[in-house]
Amino acid sequence: MEQGVPLFPEAASTMAGKVDALYFFLVAVAVFFAALIFISLTVFALKYRRRSETDVPPSIHGSTPLEIAWSVIPLGLVMIMFAWGAKLYFDEYNEVPADAEEVYVVGKQWMWHIQHTNGKREINELHVPVGRPIKLIMASEDVIHSFYIPAFRLKKDVVPGRYATIWFQATKTGRYHLFCAEYCGTGHSKMKGWVTVMEPAEYQAWLSGGVVGESMEAAGERLFNQLGCNTCHRADGTGRGPSLVGVFGKPVRLLSGETVIADEAYIRESILNPNAKIVAGYPSPTIMSTYQGQISERGILQIIAYLKSLSKEERSQ
Amino acid sequence: MDATPINAHSGTPGEPTPVNYLNVDYGLKSWLLTTDHKRIGILYLISITIFFALGGIFAALIRLELMTPEGDVVSSEMYNKLFTMHGVAMIFFFLIPSIPAVFGNFLIPMMIGARDVAFPRLNLMSWYIYSIGGVFTFAAMALGGVDTGWTFYAPYSSTYSNSNVALTAVGVFILGFSSILTGLNFIVTIHKMRAPGLTWFRLPLFVWAHYATSLIQILGTPVVAISIVLVALERLLKLGIFDPKLGGDPLLFQHLFWFYSHPAVYIMILPSMGVISEVIACFSRKRVFGYPFIAFSSLAIAVLGFLVWGHHMFTSGQSVYAGMIFSVLTMLVAIPSAVKVFNWTATLYKGSVSYQAPMLYALGFIGLFTIGGLTGLFLATLATDVHLHDTYFVVAHFHYIMVGGAIMGYMAAMHFWWPKMTGRLYPEGWAKFAALVIFVGFNLTFFPQFVLGYLGMPRRYHVYPPEFQVLNVMSTAGASILAVGYIIPFIYLLWSLKYGPLAGANPWQAKGLEWTTPSPPPPHNFERTPVVTEEAYAYASKPYPEEAEVV
Repeated sequence: MEQGVPLFPEAASTMAGKVDALYFFLVAVAVFFAALIFISLTVFALKYRRRSETDVPPSIHGSTPLEIAWSVIPLGLVMIMFAWGAKLYFDEYNEVPADAEEVYVVGKQWMWHIQHTNGKREINELHVPVGRPIKLIMASEDVIHSFYIPAFRLKKDVVPGRYATIWFQATKTGRYHLFCAEYCGTGHSKMKGWVTVMEPAEYQAWLSGGVVGESMEAAGERLFNQLGCNTCHRADGTGRGPSLVGVFGKPVRLLSGETVIADEAYIRESILNPNAKIVAGYPSPTIMSTYQGQISERGILQIIAYLKSLSKEERSQ
Repeated sequence: MDATPINAHSGTPGEPTPVNYLNVDYGLKSWLLTTDHKRIGILYLISITIFFALGGIFAALIRLELMTPEGDVVSSEMYNKLFTMHGVAMIFFFLIPSIPAVFGNFLIPMMIGARDVAFPRLNLMSWYIYSIGGVFTFAAMALGGVDTGWTFYAPYSSTYSNSNVALTAVGVFILGFSSILTGLNFIVTIHKMRAPGLTWFRLPLFVWAHYATSLIQILGTPVVAISIVLVALERLLKLGIFDPKLGGDPLLFQHLFWFYSHPAVYIMILPSMGVISEVIACFSRKRVFGYPFIAFSSLAIAVLGFLVWGHHMFTSGQSVYAGMIFSVLTMLVAIPSAVKVFNWTATLYKGSVSYQAPMLYALGFIGLFTIGGLTGLFLATLATDVHLHDTYFVVAHFHYIMVGGAIMGYMAAMHFWWPKMTGRLYPEGWAKFAALVIFVGFNLTFFPQFVLGYLGMPRRYHVYPPEFQVLNVMSTAGASILAVGYIIPFIYLLWSLKYGPLAGANPWQAKGLEWTTPSPPPPHNFERTPVVTEEAYAYASKPYPEEAEVV
């Protein structure tokens, strides 16, 4: 257990220091204006206290220059807050480094299930190497959860029916709180765990140690065959469905004439609702049946990992 | 009959008590079938006090549980129900109706020199609707409660929760109509029933604030009613609206819910701001500095308030570009709030300031609302919100607005107009003491929560890591002081009904038409329709013309 009363959280990611700097700016502005108001109120209230019941103070209507000043100056300050906050927000949510290592997260009432690409699984624990960008691809099996690591100043809701992705780069080894921040039912406050940031070598040893089992790609491939996906989606393109080799991350032309990128969300939607986006050249309605209810979010993530590996092989050839 | 002179003590011994709205008729029936806006205000006062007490008891249990990191007072199920029912009782059944339904009802007709609101029977109906909604919600609580949080987020509420969601939803849905009808009544009343000479820019700012509030009530409330019905439909009939397993979208619920519920924050705070303008002017004996800026800032808040709902969803997965738009619009809504605070502060300048209890509450409001508003900027700023969203920082922020702001305003109103409503003065010494206790207790309760939030303690946590305990104990200690602060006025106000000194028509020497009529006011407010010949807050001019011209 920690000693004493912490007043400020640990900062352990590349983003944490940047968010703290912005926070200090906000605190400075807030303290300045709060002091301005408190001091003015106190001074006026004392200096102009009622001295006689017959006081008749002057009638002051107002002052347009003052009104302009106390509208425009705060406006300028809040626009700085906006621009600064927006810049960091964009970096945090949208600018995922291309070389980020992927980790898959599934939230369910009331635990975090985490799987690394090599197949290593953990529950309510996340082990990551220090100094490397990590990208989390997150899904929920049931209600909305929110993945929150205060030491990284990072949070993202995990909404059922879609993928949430975030990235971070830890800067300090140690153990940090992992919380579910979106109320998710009875066990909400127990849906928490730890993020362990390790030296890269130590991390590699951890990753390959213990029971690893099959990698996510291998599990995905097994599932792909087990569910019979391979009977139609043949690698050589002679099946009744399109070949999925080299498809991930590429644009796909649809029957409707639109083009979409075959990302995680597209694959997931096509498994659960095959009629939503049919590939050009294939019949509508599709002959593929839905896998809604037959595959877990974890299973879908494994198939996605497998399809990603098919694209990587394609690229390396 | 001559117009009542200022400071006349109605009911001096030896004289027959004049007829007023309280003694004109007796018996339960005369109250339950009344169409007098003043009596309806009192009915609301009694109803919302019940819900305030209920919500307060839930809050006390929450704070008791959070004294230790482990869950040792109540179970997780119970804890989740407590914070849900605390929110439902306080927001829907206390804060939203508080100032409009009690003081708005009581005062708006008098402030504009009218006999009643435009639709008196509709006014009574809105109280009945409120009560029916209250009965449903109370039944849901008594039958085991509800555990979705007052925000009813889907798909938890629509599919997963095993508590009385549908019954609570029906209660809140019904309640909404009471709010809509009150808003409608006020808008028509303010447009059509102002006394001769009472132009828009002579209206008390209390009336402007209620006009802006009414607009939000009419435009926003139907949306939350619809979204709550959709939750109930998904729950009962398995229609796929919000649950992705049924083909729905959970974020749709958040958009619909916050489209109302963010403006609802302004329903709660704008009327308080109206109160503060009245009180600051009266106890500084000065016209409000920058009257038109305060008036229009209310409308600006009402309009901009409809365009910022997405700031509750910065971490939800809504597009980052949408997030940026909502962030910048939220920054804009800070400006009219800041303008109000600056103008109130400037009103004291060169005034004649006295420190009776209503003024202490008003000064407390300005201070606490300033902190609440400034900390709102931390949540409007995207990158800091990612860290602070759904932590205790948010809890602290909105309690500074809703308790430090809205309830301080409510207490200011209660003390300011209590003599008008009851004809009796409350004990000033006790009132000042209670105001101080509330101010200290409030800050001790909620200030530590800002620190907890930045440390990363999530809200709605039944058990929490041990390093957060010290700050939580401080908060609980503050809450017990705060509770005492609310119990003291409850006692002395009841006491004053019988033993308080007679107030007279205008104990504060305040401006405003409501002070020109006896306390308590006669059934139809004014003996003759008043004619208004001067601006609001004309404290520098002679006392209010006692001889209102006959029309």
